[in-house]
Amino acid sequence: MNVEQLYQALKKSQEAKGIYFNKDKDLVFELLESLILNKDRYGYMACPCRLACSDREKDKDIICPCVYREPDLEEFGACYCGLYVSKAVHNNQARVKYVPERRPPEKIC
Amino acid sequence: MNTEKPMLYALSTCSHCKSTKKLLNDCNVEYDYVEVDDLEGEERKAILEDIKALNPRCSFPTIKIKDTVIVGYKEKEIKAALGITE
Repeated sequence: MNVEQLYQALKKSQEAKGIYFNKDKDLVFELLESLILNKDRYGYMACPCRLACSDREKDKDIICPCVYREPDLEEFGACYCGLYVSKAVHNNQARVKYVPERRPPEKIC
Repeated sequence: MNTEKPMLYALSTCSHCKSTKKLLNDCNVEYDYVEVDDLEGEERKAILEDIKALNPRCSFPTIKIKDTVIVGYKEKEIKAALGITE
């Protein structure tokens, strides 16, 4: 799957859930390219902004969309990487706040 | 005077790390960096311990500028630590 195909597929599936890509398309494409790179490297689309350990089971919380996306969208208006934003941010009714890491450090290996 | 170069702990795929690198480059700052996702084995373990000592959450980017540790792409804080005023 190339980056354009991934963009179109995710746009459709995520917008159906009320979750949108960041309006910074350069950022979105850069992150999608990194997701494809991680898929080649690890066999799964590990979050580009987190350190994966090549073990799918240990990394399952950071396979995009990560388990932290929902609380981050709710609290900060964007996910940790900035790939996805909330509906309110998408509609210019809210601004993205700095998103701190919420993944417990014990999970890094 | 502390003249050590800033140290950037980064990931090769991370957008915030790329933004931080661009900022340092745009400011013509000489710095050292390591992309932890490219490391393996003992080398990776040792660097992770170094990062955890600076930033217990071990998130990226982690930047050490003299005695200041900045976690994340925080342009104002990075510039302030570099002594860059606008």
